[in-house]
Amino acid sequence: MSGLSELFAATRAQNRAALIGYLPAGYPTLAGSADMFNALIDSGCDLVEVGVPYSDPVMDGPVIQAAAETARAGGFRLTDLFGIVEKISAKGGKAVLMSYYNPIMAYGADAFARDLAAAGGLGVITPDLIVDEAGDWLAATEAHGIDPIFLVAPSSPTERISRTVEHTRGFLYAASTMGVTGARDQVSSLAPDLVARCRELTDLPIGVGLGVRTGAQAAEIAAFADGVIVGSAFVSAVTEGEKQARALAEELAAGVRGTVPAIS
Amino acid sequence: MPARGVSATSGQVSPRLEQFQTKDVKPSMTSNATRPPRADGLPRPSDGLTGTPHDPTDGGYFGDFGGRWLPEALVGVVDEVAEAFAKARHDPEFLDELDRLAETYGGRPSPVTDAERLTALVGGARILLKREDLNHTGSHKINNVLGQALLTKRMGKTRVIAETGAGQHGVATATACALLGLECVIYMGRVDTERQALNVARMRLLGATVVAVDSGSATLKDAINEAFRDWVTNASTTYYLFGTAAGPHPFPMMVRDFQRIIGLEARQQVLDLTGRLPSAVVACVGGGSNAIGAFHAFLDDADVRLVGMEAGGDGIATGRHASTISAGSVGVLHGARSFMMQDEDGQVIESHSISAGLDYPGVGPEHSHLAAIGRAEFRSITDTEAMDALALLSRTEGIIPAIESAHAVAGAVVLAKEIGPEGIVLINVSGRGDKDMETAMEWFQLNGDGPGTVTTSTSATGNTTSKES
Ligand SMILES: Cc1ncc(COP(=O)(O)O)c(C=O)c1O
Repeated sequence: MSGLSELFAATRAQNRAALIGYLPAGYPTLAGSADMFNALIDSGCDLVEVGVPYSDPVMDGPVIQAAAETARAGGFRLTDLFGIVEKISAKGGKAVLMSYYNPIMAYGADAFARDLAAAGGLGVITPDLIVDEAGDWLAATEAHGIDPIFLVAPSSPTERISRTVEHTRGFLYAASTMGVTGARDQVSSLAPDLVARCRELTDLPIGVGLGVRTGAQAAEIAAFADGVIVGSAFVSAVTEGEKQARALAEELAAGVRGTVPAIS
Repeated sequence: MPARGVSATSGQVSPRLEQFQTKDVKPSMTSNATRPPRADGLPRPSDGLTGTPHDPTDGGYFGDFGGRWLPEALVGVVDEVAEAFAKARHDPEFLDELDRLAETYGGRPSPVTDAERLTALVGGARILLKREDLNHTGSHKINNVLGQALLTKRMGKTRVIAETGAGQHGVATATACALLGLECVIYMGRVDTERQALNVARMRLLGATVVAVDSGSATLKDAINEAFRDWVTNASTTYYLFGTAAGPHPFPMMVRDFQRIIGLEARQQVLDLTGRLPSAVVACVGGGSNAIGAFHAFLDDADVRLVGMEAGGDGIATGRHASTISAGSVGVLHGARSFMMQDEDGQVIESHSISAGLDYPGVGPEHSHLAAIGRAEFRSITDTEAMDALALLSRTEGIIPAIESAHAVAGAVVLAKEIGPEGIVLINVSGRGDKDMETAMEWFQLNGDGPGTVTTSTSATGNTTSKES
């Protein structure tokens, strides 16, 4: 059983969803990055997504774009990823990476999976890689015991969802809206339907992301998904400070346990 | 493609052209367009859409290059475009409308000009100019835009988005949207809105919304990122009218097919004018649409060299350039596996060129393939060489080319000398230079009282141009 399967087995047993928090690596600073991930885990995140700051993030909205640019300006290099992941797993935390595919290709798919596995990372979310093009990547992740995590979107027809879940390990990432990352006021009505369509095709845990920012929204999603993924809202909170980030994690952690009033 | 001396209806080869038939010529893949052949025998845009022996695989691969490296959320709309194009390319109604608009609105065919004074000055091969600068809106971009805008209508989409660098694709798109009654939003890097201010004004006058993009390097690649973000958000109503022969499948093939008319026409025009094929076809390469359009009809003519001129900026050695194939490496950018400019970490490197239309760190996958198999050559032309050539063509032929096209002129002049007087070099003049007058005024200091400091630079015809090649 992979680390991610264990994680979701545990949260399912507790009858709740997992809270998954995203930050770009090297944010707010390169030196303080691992500590910030650990603070999120401390305050209630079951899993963190370590984002690879990329020059051309087509699936990201302005908040994450700006944070990624800050991280790159702060000297972030690809090899820094593995040190950050190591510091998270050394404290018993669970981490996956989120990376556009070109940095992985440049590093070498096999070397990337190998070095992530050595650092204790569990999987990689690849937002701009579809299974049709993933031959090399699947071979690399398989060889090193890393979970390849693919996305499905509200526009994905059944046939594409089947093909995607066939190659996905750990959990399936369901994009709740058609659009880029960014906190939104309302949970998209497309998400429950997408998750229901996926459930008919797979037993994989399903994480729902894009747009979540409050405990109430987390509770709403936790009612039908196995994981609630929060990105831009954490980035904005971290921009304000660690205290704000911890407070948000606590609010969301209550949300995924369904213990938050439905207004925020 | 068989020699264009083959008339679509009779299959007769004119005796004068027989010698140019390649041995393994396949029967002409004739288009389903219903109009009778043109009296002058020139092909029409629909003849570019018939399918070729050089089409990509179903997955969109030209050899090792191409494919669909994009978010799952975009697969649906991209599939929709592929299906619509697959049908349209064989639909007589679509083909006839494309041909009609190209002729009565776009101004096709574009002529080939015998550049006698330039040829004499250079003293090498005979130089011929394919005049895409004479098209409506001033460049080859309209060829692609009319095709895709008609496709948008067929697909029932009401809103068009596009990226633009030099603004030529944006202007062409805004033009077609005005003509066909479509809403139009153009994404343009902030830096480009400043250096191509005239084109921003043209787009606005044509009714388009121009969005200045500040992210990243605030140039063409960032405008493309922003257009993709818009598309993923508004997929159901919106058509992304991509401006070059790059991006995810089917765009590299579709844009190429709408641009193939350049080479199809030119091939026959050169035969008609000179009785033979050119020794080389030369075009500038940004994303690669005018170049692939000019090259494609000659792919099976083994003796015709295909030479792409990339933007060399301050020179490849300085790192400030946009010579993607000459100095880049293979990666995935904007939907395709192709050559690109990237650092060790796979971060895209900002490109640099005086020409906004060539200032792009990627290139279409078919060019990467042609480079990999050695069928096309790619060279690098610096800003200075391009500007020298811009002045040179202006003063010898009375044609002010776009700075993009001036890169082709600069490279072709060197090539004409290398090839010598027995040869013929065909240059695709992809666009006119009106949009670049501000840059030219600054570069040549034309706004003082005097006549300007432009000299009829022999340096552009001499040895200095070869320093980057
Ligand atoms: C006149 C002209 N030529 C060439 C280009 C480069 O594009 P491509 O390489 O797709 O032909 C542009 C792009 O804006 C252009 O305006």
